[in-house]
Order: sequence, then C-alpha cells, then structure tokens
Amino acid sequence: MICRAPTLEGSDEDQLLRVSLGPQHPSTHGVFRMNVVLDGETVVRLKPVFGYLHRNHEKIAEGTSYLASMPYTDRLDYICPLSNNWAYALAVERLAGVEVPERAEYMRVILAELTRLINHTAFLGFILGDMGAWGSALMYAFREREKILDLFEDLTGARMMANFMRFGGCRNDLPTGWAERVSVIVNDYGPFLDEMEKFLVGNEILLSRSQDVGQLPKEQLLNGGITGPMLRAAGVNYDLRKADPYGIYERFEFRIPLGEKGDCYDRIMIRFLEMRESLKILRQALAQLPEGDYIHPKAKLRNFKAPVGEVYSRIEGPKGELGFYLISDGATNPYRYRVRPPSFVNLTLLEDMCLGLDLADVIIILGSIDIVLGEVDR
Amino acid sequence: MNADPESILGLLRGALPGVHISLRKNPGPSAQHSLLIEASGLVEASRFLRDHQEFDLLSNVTGIDWPDPTKADKVAPTEDEGAIAPEVGFLEVVYHLFSTTRRVGPLVLRCRTKDRREDVRIPSLVSVYRSAEFQEREIYDLFGVTFTGHPDLRRILMWDEYVDHPMRKDYVAPDDYEYEPTPHDAVLEKAKVHYPAPS
Repeated sequence: MICRAPTLEGSDEDQLLRVSLGPQHPSTHGVFRMNVVLDGETVVRLKPVFGYLHRNHEKIAEGTSYLASMPYTDRLDYICPLSNNWAYALAVERLAGVEVPERAEYMRVILAELTRLINHTAFLGFILGDMGAWGSALMYAFREREKILDLFEDLTGARMMANFMRFGGCRNDLPTGWAERVSVIVNDYGPFLDEMEKFLVGNEILLSRSQDVGQLPKEQLLNGGITGPMLRAAGVNYDLRKADPYGIYERFEFRIPLGEKGDCYDRIMIRFLEMRESLKILRQALAQLPEGDYIHPKAKLRNFKAPVGEVYSRIEGPKGELGFYLISDGATNPYRYRVRPPSFVNLTLLEDMCLGLDLADVIIILGSIDIVLGEVDR
Repeated sequence: MNADPESILGLLRGALPGVHISLRKNPGPSAQHSLLIEASGLVEASRFLRDHQEFDLLSNVTGIDWPDPTKADKVAPTEDEGAIAPEVGFLEVVYHLFSTTRRVGPLVLRCRTKDRREDVRIPSLVSVYRSAEFQEREIYDLFGVTFTGHPDLRRILMWDEYVDHPMRKDYVAPDDYEYEPTPHDAVLEKAKVHYPAPS
C-alpha cells in the first residue's frame, strides 16, 4: 500500500504542529535534524537539516597529498573505515593505473566483507533501538562486532580508524594466525545470525512497526539515486559487486538477495541475507588466499603523482554506492576530490517515504536508511 | 564497463540538432571520456538519455572551480573544431550517469557557467533526476552555482547566513576560527588583526 500523502495546502494551517527532531537525539544516528510539520500525528512535511558535522573533507583533501587523505577517509563512514579506504585506494589506482597484487586483492575482499558484517550487525542493533528495544539487541550486535574489531586492531593497530589500504595494496601483511582467527569468527557467525533471526523475525512489535512502512515504487527509488540494500529491498537487482565488478569479486560465488515490497521489514531482512552471502564470500576468499606481496613492489606512496586526467570510481559499500571522483592536474595533490556518499544521497527521498505516516514511523524509516553523519556532512 | 560517449554523441546530436555538444577526451588511464553540453540543452539531453538510452541512475553530481580556463582544457581536452575555448575562468558541473539495466557507465556529462561571478547559472536536473536535489544544493552552497528551476535551492552544509563559497579555489579561510591554547609566532601575528594591541 502506498500512502497518498495529505498536502500542506489541504490541512488547516492553524492546527499544524512544527516539531524539530534532533539534532541531539539517539534516534537521529548522530547530529542530524528534521524539521517536521504534523497534522495531528500525521507527517505533512519533513525537511532534513544537515551540516552539524561538516568540516569540508573535500577541501582538506585538495590541499594535501594523495596519501595524506587516506586517514581522513576512515572518518567518513566511521562504522566501515576499511570500505572507505578501499574505495579511495581504488579510485587513485584507476586514476594513475596502479596494479594490485593478488594477495592484497584477497585481503581487501576479506576486510571489506568483514566490514559489511560489522555494519549490518550494528544496523540491526540500532534499528531495534529505534523501535524501543533499547539496549539488548544492540548489546548482542556489539558483542559480535567487538570480535571483528579485535581482529582489525591486531591487523591495523586501530579498532576503527584503520588507515590500512595503500595505492597498490595494503599497508602491512596479515599477522601469523590472523586468517585462522577470521575462519573461527566466520564459522561462529552463522549460529549468531540464526539466534538473532529467531529473536526478531516473528516478533510482533517488529512486524507491526516495520511492515508496510516507508515503501516507495522502485522507479522512484532509482530516480532518487537510492543505492545499496535500500534499493535491493525494493527488488532492483543492482549490486556493484556483480553489476560493475571491481577487485576480484568475479571469482566468488554468491547471490544478491532481493526484497519484494521495499518496506522497512524488507530492509531489515535483506541485511540478514546479505550477511549470509558475505560469509560465503569470506569462506571462499580464506580458502583461496594466496601467498605473495601485500603491496606492489613498485608502489610509490610518498611524493605520489597521478597523470593528468580524471576518474569516477565506485564500490558497493555496506550502505550503498560509495564513489570517489578525482581530477589530477599532475601535481602531488588532487585538483578536485569528491566523495559520493551513499548516506547523503539515500536521504533524498526521506520526505517522500514519511509523508502521510505517523511521527513514530519517521524514526523507523530514518533508521532503515542506515546513515552515518560523518559521511552525510563530510 | 565505461559508456561509449562517442556513439551517444552522435545520437544526441541527431536528437538535439540545435545544442552544441563536444566530446572531451580523458588523457588519463581511466579513459572515462565526457560530453560537454551547452547549458541551454542540458535538461533535454538528460531527458533523452533517461528515456531513450536507459540511463536511469544519476549517481553523482559535483562542481569544479576553474579560475584558470586553460587548465580545464588540459584535463578534458577536445579535438572538436567548433568548440569555443573559454577566455575567463568558470564553474563546471559534472554528472555521472549509469544504466542499471544495461549495466554501463559512467557516462560523464559536463556543463559550464559563463564565468565565475556574473553569470553562474546552470539549469537544474531535479525535474529529470530527483537524485540531483541535495547534490545540487551542495554545489550551490560550496561552489556558488545557481541552479535555475531547482525546487528548493538553499544552503545545505553551511549555515543559511553564510556568504562565501568554501570550495572555490580562491576562498580564503578565516584566521580566527580556531582556538589556540598557547598562541605563538604566526598565530599571534594574525591575531593582531582581530585583537589590536592596547594603546
């Protein structure tokens, strides 16, 4: 059912209530504000307000060397720093035509899929918090996330701010026994997901809060630039790992889960299914992980210069299409550096999804988009 | 898979005979060539690409500031004889289109303003691709391009009262925004402007 939204013009102006949601509120996932106009409980207008976390990441990157931007990318989507690292490294590699050795490609896939697990697991905890199950679900999610963060800490030295990818590979090799520890986590993750699904799938509150909430026709979603799990929950088969392959994803067997209705329930379930596919990729990548260089022996990091030209390069980040657009004029810093953040563009249709629904639904819809403000505001 | 801008150029020229479009070669290894479209024909061209060439996803929209116009032609040179080389600096908006059904892209479109101060208008693509809405607001905010026909053109990342455009190349950052616990040398020198020495 698609709600026909009541318009502002049709409402009695005197009866409208203006509510400022956020910016300081746990349900807004950071410092994000929505100016909402309500007719009773019904949303008749919703305008997002951005910029509380704006530090002009792009301007900073244009004034510094290519390599020096790498740690800044960690701070875009701080739940998934390693995906951001990969997206940026890939863009620079395509800009300058840098090769990546086999082992580094496998390491990148393993790290990116672990990051996807972290993101989707944390998402489940957060959205349950948005529905009122504050605490328990998040604790279950963060327990698992913490195990993967321990692995990241042993590999990169930091739990979250990894600064790990380099143009032409990765910063250092895997420590002894690291891959085996990933295997243990991958094997334990299936039972954890089973448990989590058992708690959630039949839960009456989850069903009544999320089903038939916030869906839009898929043509509209595509036109609004929505990508990632949000788009696939509506049944559009568009995952860049298959549609525009990068790295070595073509070597792995996995499926792209698709939803049917594209309501908040589908968006939650699609993340469960994507995690199970990530586990498949991880098992294959760990089994095939070759010996060799973790970075190209001729990779140049300091005083790195890219030839004159430009590139738009994108990866399937856990939240959607994460793109980097770089222009080089031959200097040691990029002439133009642009991040195409999935969280920011996915908010385009937030108002359309919420119109005609109750104020309480806005919180669930915003939660189901899965935004991180470090990336929205940049 | 990169889109084939050369064949699309032929189709666009056939569909929109009055609009000047030139192919811009990308000299770098990525080989993502682009099409520079005259501002007056941008909306029709993108509508044609959406409706007849299945480019259903406008993924990325962004601005570039070119105070030095020769640099723009160095990064995206053209062999088109009819293309007019700009004499003054200008702002450029770049669009990256993808087709989710044919799985090609990016198709790179560019559009330029007349200059950087007087005439900074470019038609808005929100009526064709809704995904441009916030991204065009961001370009308006940070670069100062005015999108004609945009339904809600306001600043988005900076606050409403702000006057400058921080992503422009000649933007000068304020020097008193940062608290310095132990000011010295250059910081003290700069601070004199704001806090003159007691006479």
